[in-house]
Amino acid sequence: MYLLPTTMPTASLPDKAPPPPPVEVHDLTVAYHTRPVLWDVDLSLPDGKLIAVVGPNGAGKTTLLKAILGLVPISAGWIKVFGSPYAEKRESVAYIPQRTSVDWDFPTSALDVVLMGTYGRLGWFRRPGAAERERAMHCLQRVGISELARRQISQLSGGQQQRVFLARALAQDARLYLMDEPFAAVDATTERAIVQLLRELRDQGRTVVAVHHDLQSVPEYFDWVVLLNLRLIAAGSVREVFTQTNLQRTYGGQLKILAQAADALLRREEGRP
Amino acid sequence: MSWLPDPTVLEGLALVGATSGALGCFAFLRRQSLLSDTLAHAALPGVCLAFLLTSAKGDAVLLGGALLAGVLGSLLFLAILRGSRLKQDVALGIVLSTFFGVGVVLLSMLQGGVDPQPHTLRDWLAQWFGLRDPAEKPVNLRTWLLQTVDFEGTGRQSGLKHFIFGQAAFLSTEYLWLMRILGGVVLGGLVLFYKELKLLSFDADYAATLGFRRRVLELIFATLIVLVVMLSLRAVGVVLTVALLVAPAAAARQWTERLGVMIILASLFGVLSGVGGAFWSRHVEHSPTGPIVVLAATLLLCMSLLVAPGRGLVWNWVRLWRHRRQVRQENLLTDFYRLGERQRDWRRARATSDLAAVRQGAEPSVRHTLRQLAARGLAQSEGAHWRLTEPGLDEAVRVVRNHRLWELYLAKRLELALDHVHRDAEAMEHVLPPEVISELEETLENPELDPHGHPIPRAQAEA
Repeated sequence: MYLLPTTMPTASLPDKAPPPPPVEVHDLTVAYHTRPVLWDVDLSLPDGKLIAVVGPNGAGKTTLLKAILGLVPISAGWIKVFGSPYAEKRESVAYIPQRTSVDWDFPTSALDVVLMGTYGRLGWFRRPGAAERERAMHCLQRVGISELARRQISQLSGGQQQRVFLARALAQDARLYLMDEPFAAVDATTERAIVQLLRELRDQGRTVVAVHHDLQSVPEYFDWVVLLNLRLIAAGSVREVFTQTNLQRTYGGQLKILAQAADALLRREEGRP
Repeated sequence: MSWLPDPTVLEGLALVGATSGALGCFAFLRRQSLLSDTLAHAALPGVCLAFLLTSAKGDAVLLGGALLAGVLGSLLFLAILRGSRLKQDVALGIVLSTFFGVGVVLLSMLQGGVDPQPHTLRDWLAQWFGLRDPAEKPVNLRTWLLQTVDFEGTGRQSGLKHFIFGQAAFLSTEYLWLMRILGGVVLGGLVLFYKELKLLSFDADYAATLGFRRRVLELIFATLIVLVVMLSLRAVGVVLTVALLVAPAAAARQWTERLGVMIILASLFGVLSGVGGAFWSRHVEHSPTGPIVVLAATLLLCMSLLVAPGRGLVWNWVRLWRHRRQVRQENLLTDFYRLGERQRDWRRARATSDLAAVRQGAEPSVRHTLRQLAARGLAQSEGAHWRLTEPGLDEAVRVVRNHRLWELYLAKRLELALDHVHRDAEAMEHVLPPEVISELEETLENPELDPHGHPIPRAQAEA
């Protein structure tokens, strides 16, 4: 940017054009082995909000997160993160996978896992040093388990493991946090601590997107909600979108048609009757 | 110093052990130990083709062929995983059998067992790839094989036999240099990519989101595995390379909770197995070195599984035995309590036979447990009778209280039928931690009676 003279007309552009949204999804279709799990999703997520992704099992919630992160191949459509492809904005995004997606019997300590959050900035070959260690310790402190830094990760409770994952994402110092069920199977204390932390992040102007299962706590915890069931049902502020009608459309039976269509497609690909 | 094994063999096996052990940790943690087995088998066609195409006898060329075939095999494996629905085990099976099958065919041709004019094939291939002047006089393949592959010169298939079982006793000084270079590359790669390999092994998806591309990481890992396989091929053979990757790593895992320490330990175990195998086969006649090395590694693994602190089986047994002893003691304390409940006199001395009758136990074993309680100061004997001491009564009250609180919780909160709750509480009364008990008291609002109508006792200090 410093190459541009300030007098150039482009310099005034940022004032007029709004900053690109954290996530912009256009006509996205994702299929696992020819079976679509997300159909034609259009979505634009606002900046600085706590956003819940809600829907029944198999609705494609995790797939949506993974598609944003480039972890699953996209069949059609495109996704932009802060106005660019994910690969270019990687350092602005932190991912918290489902806690059960890793083997916690791995021979490593809580601090070590949090340190992994600094690997992205370090890049290939460089090892974490004192500065990274200090940052990791600070992040453990923020999630309230700094005293467990040296603990082997299998000896942590489920809630503590979830906090370790949160601390690892904090260590990335991102602007957008994508969390897959951060509240799954955690104790009440941890849940309160996580909510507190998410609010802190939002108050710093960061965006949090979390796959969430407990419908009751959506209005209390989140500002925004994305209702998903193979396709996008609705997205918007909790007050406007989180309605009985929309929930019925999300969890109700009308989507049988989509599921049947997916099955038909699958059968044809496999040559079955 | 005739008791020392050939230093070349010794160093070679130590190198194999160190590198296999270190890299094996990642294979073990990724549950991909069979990848090394597959890639080892995949090396055979590479060795044969390298000879066919270049007619060079040098080990470096043959190992180069093995490297190429191994990398090809791993690429095919990764492609199958990405491009099809086949699972990992099937993909490994396909790569292993295809490559090894091709290799066996090529080897049979080379050895002249099948093809009457093996050099024609070689010339044809060489010409096809433009690698060699077809006018050059072909070497006699049979002679070459007898010299380099079939050391014993005992028959056609011994080339394959050596490939499969190794021939550590015949490591040459030149070959050792190759091994040193390979070993250096592997250990260097491990140091260079330690962080990345750790990330890949723990959370591959997360690694990808950080910008460490999955395919690149997988390929680095597979290449390192191929290098280790090449390194150990001559020494322990195809079939046993996988054992040297897995056994030291699995053994090391038992002793530590830190990856760095685990890698160093596994290397040490590997070296120990290599050196041990070298000594063994030096002093015991007719003992094949490779298998002995593997047996040594397996022995280390078995010992680790048995005695490693925290994880070992012996520790489990000790824990279990302690728990059972605690359960026997606590059960006897509650028996005292329940006997006393009828007359509301918990301090009375009881006959051993009465105590044994509560659970239809054998009197000698009850006496044995009573003596243990006495040693802990919880019971004391009065002739043939026994009574609880004050600390003993406190302990009995604690356990009975746990039992009845849990029964009440099951009946009230989980709405289980009354005849279902006792057995569960029998197990839980010994293990409920104090935090849970106080939480139970809170949710049940300090109850007085259990679901059967028995009073829930309190500690004397409180009462």
